[in-house]
Amino acid sequence: MAYPKDYKYTKEHEWIQIKGNTALVGITDHAQESLGDIVFVELPKGGAQLQQGKSFGTVESVKAVSELYAPASGKVTEINDSLNQGPEAINKDAHSAWMIKIELSNPKEADMLMSAEDYEKYVAEEK
Amino acid sequence: MLTLRVRPCPVAALSPGKKEGRRENSLSSTAGGQTLRKTALNAMHRRTAAKMVDFGGWDMPVEYPSSGGLVKEHLAVRTGVGIFDVSHMGDILIRGPQALDAVQWISMNDASRLQEGQAHYSALLYPEGTFVDDVIVHKLGQNDYLLVINAGTREKDYGWVKKNVGRFRCHADDVGDYYTQIAIQGPKAETTLQKLTTVNLAEIKNYWFKHGTVCGLPNTLIARTGYTAEDGFEIYVPSDVATSERVWNEVLEAGKEFGLVPCGLGARNTLRLEGKMALYGHEISDTINVWEAALDRFCKMEKPDFIGRAALEKAKAQGLKRILVGLEAVDRGIPRDGYKVFDAAGAEIGYVTSGSPAPYLKKNIALAYVPPSQSEVGHEVFVEIRGQKVKCKVVPTPFYKRAKK
Repeated sequence: MAYPKDYKYTKEHEWIQIKGNTALVGITDHAQESLGDIVFVELPKGGAQLQQGKSFGTVESVKAVSELYAPASGKVTEINDSLNQGPEAINKDAHSAWMIKIELSNPKEADMLMSAEDYEKYVAEEK
Repeated sequence: MLTLRVRPCPVAALSPGKKEGRRENSLSSTAGGQTLRKTALNAMHRRTAAKMVDFGGWDMPVEYPSSGGLVKEHLAVRTGVGIFDVSHMGDILIRGPQALDAVQWISMNDASRLQEGQAHYSALLYPEGTFVDDVIVHKLGQNDYLLVINAGTREKDYGWVKKNVGRFRCHADDVGDYYTQIAIQGPKAETTLQKLTTVNLAEIKNYWFKHGTVCGLPNTLIARTGYTAEDGFEIYVPSDVATSERVWNEVLEAGKEFGLVPCGLGARNTLRLEGKMALYGHEISDTINVWEAALDRFCKMEKPDFIGRAALEKAKAQGLKRILVGLEAVDRGIPRDGYKVFDAAGAEIGYVTSGSPAPYLKKNIALAYVPPSQSEVGHEVFVEIRGQKVKCKVVPTPFYKRAKK
């Protein structure tokens, strides 16, 4: 699956799509593939303050529990509640199954993240 | 090599059969290291692009994305048929005029009750009444027994057996490397395998076996056994790569019409968990005794003396401190291996030995050790999941039982 060019990526396999001061966050296709069947997500409450690189929740497949790390700092303004009932949406299309929407407190942080091209190389090396 | 950072949650399917339960990163797509052992089907798994993991020192498939992954594999076994490479399991032959006496001395079930062609579940015990390993004992002939043992405990088991059968007139031989062991499991297992053998499989009862021609290979051991709580067979064929791959492919082809898929250790674990089958290093270990593990019916105290018997008698008289129960999560959350169990008053009372979403039952289930006073069906306990106490209740086990034919 292609990695959208307008997203940025973390080494922990989250993506972030930034539009002005707000952003959507999810996990990458590589992450969902590694995890296998996703059965559970635990996300923060609206209003929670995230710090870049710090855990903001967990995602569980049948066989593993993984932490989610914030690609950028900011305040959670929206949660994708549909993932509570249908977490398998992440397996189906990881790049459209966003988890949280955040209001960025420091948009410059995104400069530290990988581009789609860099991320693809990074994943290829990891394999 | 690590991908997502994984919490230190030992995953049952991925932990080797050691009591420490080494913590694997279940997401790594390759199992690195030079020292991993391989089955004869290893190249086949890799060609199929299975996700491989280190399981008890073996480079084994955990799931096959080409099969649709763990859940699909699990469901295939419950509703159709699946095939597993279980060649990492060990095999010990005990032969000689006193083979029966030796087997009786080193294992807890009563092998004198076995007829030729019959097998049973049993265990090797330490003098303390705790587990060296659990085993399937097959009576091949009058003085001829086959013990099938766990992968992660192969060397330990063999050494232990060798040491303890010394005073009997018999030989113990580790023959694990000579066999590729393939499990064909599911309601369609019989129909699938029947296409490949001249043996009338309908005549083999559960936990019995026959020798016959399979895929043109004469004198192949065909046992109606498994580790999935489903009907099925385990066959033992020569472990050369060409033969192993040929048999694997012929089974794949024979099961095609029933939706047969290759299944990995991930599905093997969730299947056995639904059926409440013990996994060494989890439900049983060298610190857990037979009564605690609730395996009473496989332990025959009235048979001639065996290693561990005296300690078990004493333990029974003293009463149990803990017992294995089945839990089902009532509130949202997945209990996992190693998580702590609390009572309603907030006191820590035990721990989860294996826990996972159950793909067929569609519930979050677990096996856990709790005090007998808190083991009643319906009793509420709390499993701590990432700092939160999640309500669970004690439920009857096995969680899943297949319908009798």
